[in-house]
Amino acid sequence: MTTHRQPRLAARREALYAWAFVAPSLIGFLVFFAVPSIRGLLMSFTDWDLLRPAKFVGVANYVRLLGDADFRHALKVTAYYVILNIPIQTMLALGMAVMMDKFSKSTIIRGILVLPWLLPNIVVALIWLWLLDPTMGFLNQIIMGLGFQRQPFLGSIDQAMPTIAAINIWRHAGYTAILIYAGLQTIPKELYEAAAIDGANERQKFLGITIPLLRPVLVFVLVTTIIGSFQIFDTIAITTKGGPVDATRVVYWYIYEYAFVRFKMGYATTISVALFAILITITFIQMRYFNANSSDLD
Amino acid sequence: MRSRINALAFALMVITSMLLVACGAKAPAAEPTTAPDAAAAPAATAAPSTEAVTIRYGLWDGNQQPAYEACAAAFTKTNPNITVKVEQAGWGDYWNGVQTGMVSDTAPDVFTNHLAKYPEFASKQQLVDLKPFIDRDGVDTKQYLAGLADLWGRDGKTYGLPKDWDTIAVVYNQDMLDKAGVTVDELNNAEWNAKDGGSFSQIIKKLTVDANGKNALDKDFDKTKVVQYGFIPGGGGGAYGQTQWSHWAVSNGFKFNDGLYATKYYYDDPKLAETIQWYANLNLVDGVAPALADIKSLGANALFTGGKGALTTDGSWMIGAYTKDTKFKVGFARLPKGPEGRKSMFNGLADSIWVGSKHQEESWQWLKFASSPACENIVGSYGVVFPAVQSGVDAALAAYKAKGLDVSAYTAQATEANGTFLFPVTDHASEIGPIMDAMMDSIMLGQKTAADGLKEGNDQVNALFK
Repeated sequence: MTTHRQPRLAARREALYAWAFVAPSLIGFLVFFAVPSIRGLLMSFTDWDLLRPAKFVGVANYVRLLGDADFRHALKVTAYYVILNIPIQTMLALGMAVMMDKFSKSTIIRGILVLPWLLPNIVVALIWLWLLDPTMGFLNQIIMGLGFQRQPFLGSIDQAMPTIAAINIWRHAGYTAILIYAGLQTIPKELYEAAAIDGANERQKFLGITIPLLRPVLVFVLVTTIIGSFQIFDTIAITTKGGPVDATRVVYWYIYEYAFVRFKMGYATTISVALFAILITITFIQMRYFNANSSDLD
Repeated sequence: MRSRINALAFALMVITSMLLVACGAKAPAAEPTTAPDAAAAPAATAAPSTEAVTIRYGLWDGNQQPAYEACAAAFTKTNPNITVKVEQAGWGDYWNGVQTGMVSDTAPDVFTNHLAKYPEFASKQQLVDLKPFIDRDGVDTKQYLAGLADLWGRDGKTYGLPKDWDTIAVVYNQDMLDKAGVTVDELNNAEWNAKDGGSFSQIIKKLTVDANGKNALDKDFDKTKVVQYGFIPGGGGGAYGQTQWSHWAVSNGFKFNDGLYATKYYYDDPKLAETIQWYANLNLVDGVAPALADIKSLGANALFTGGKGALTTDGSWMIGAYTKDTKFKVGFARLPKGPEGRKSMFNGLADSIWVGSKHQEESWQWLKFASSPACENIVGSYGVVFPAVQSGVDAALAAYKAKGLDVSAYTAQATEANGTFLFPVTDHASEIGPIMDAMMDSIMLGQKTAADGLKEGNDQVNALFK
């Protein structure tokens, strides 16, 4: 009889411990994420303007969103940024990680690589804003010193978005490289030795061993950087404020503009909900497509 | 197992509902501030409060902060129990702060208000109606320069008392004029039209110099190598073009709308289109003005004081910014005479009281003092802005004169018959702004013609009123 009760009591105590450990992050999740999200969702069905009491307007905001050409433009501009940002940043990071793995295990070099990432986004944006200034910027002084026409960079419709993408690649590539570098450490060295004995060259080893075994880490890196990339805001808020005209008016800036410039909180949250749905879909597809939960090492 | 999940679910529900209650509780607390209740009406007799009170006063122009701090000190001398704390923040941060402050119950008691902003605050019931106070204390609103007080009323209510005003004039670099052989007299008597820019355009061209020392009137002028621009535009100017294009457009016969609280704009007027096209073409076609990217990066003021160009147009509140520490002599000339004469926007600021203020009576006492000759004479003596009462203007003129500055181009414009038009005050300003900002910039960058862009912008703006 007593032998029955003993494991149950232990199990109950174990569960209690488990909840105790989960509680801090669970409460954090509820307070800082779940509740605001639900309130945001509710807000998207109102016409709240911050000061007057909110009025329920049904799905009017969503109907408006479907016909909003500016929103479609914002999505296009955001997608353009992601396409400029992610492939180059990931390739660069992968290259840097493999180099580090091969040639240097020095923590100093690793430290230098993450340095741009350690700087606050605002500082990075401000530094580049000054360096890239169309008239007084340091970079333009160099360009003119070499005998070329000075460039408007952030001041031109065509150059603004590539410039912002370049700034963020500079900031994030090192950090992404460190993540991939960590992933490289999990690949057993015997595999490379075995491949070498079989006569595989560096390229074959890279494509046949490194990339497939790195897949879970790469997927993680891609999922997080793509989400982060869709959420581009601070660099734009500091440098171009969505301009020139609407060349860098990404979704996040568009949301900000509606919320805090036009004071249409209801519509702003509607756009946020739409962006949330888009990001969930993209992440889901990525996880499915890359089979992120299984590793080829097993 | 089952009961454990239920217990957990119950616990979560309790936590969540507590949070919701906690969040929701803020709204009712803010209720009294949003309701236009009787608290806003002053007591029949001002209760002489003896309790020590601190009033927070917000403004965005850093140049005026010392002047208002002097006013505040003078005020506290006669009202020992009231201390005024002057809080300053730059234009963008200032309005963010005021707006979010109203939501979070931390906005300043009294704050400097703008004509493009106050109708929205008023319609959201954030401003105290000053009319009962004015009537009670018998404040004479005729003491202000003509038209200024009227801008701050709607439907029998008053939301601000005028504190200052401004007009627009041409700012010139004396050295560059001398070198090109242009006299100030020529500049003061220049004429302008939207077709070819008139004699003003000729002056601009004469003042534009390329790397080979040739001016823009020369056949061999190379507009890709300009070292000195004849004119520095203030940028796209957005919905009102206050210092940028409004004076050109109105002197060409354009009007924004049909007056206070109009519900229709006329941005599609061909007279505006030809004006804006002329303005954009200064850079796009003629090469006598810097590109929008350059203007946006530094601002027209910095380009001018950095010696990049000879002329610009700007408001009277900027006099100090142009003359202080500038390495060359700067002067102010009249706006050129357009087809309809010389026209400048006449804009005025006023102080408003936020409904959330816990000390509305004391706030009124301060506001009344700040917009009275006693304070405006002090502000005028600092020579940073033209106060709204004549004695203050005289004090300002004396202060400018003491600094060796002739600013009569601004005052002459203000006093000239039909020399001014008022800032367009309507609803939806916070939405009109972003629409027209983007539209004007795209015209300035040559993405759209003025005619197309303004038509498109006008449709979007007028749709807001439907």
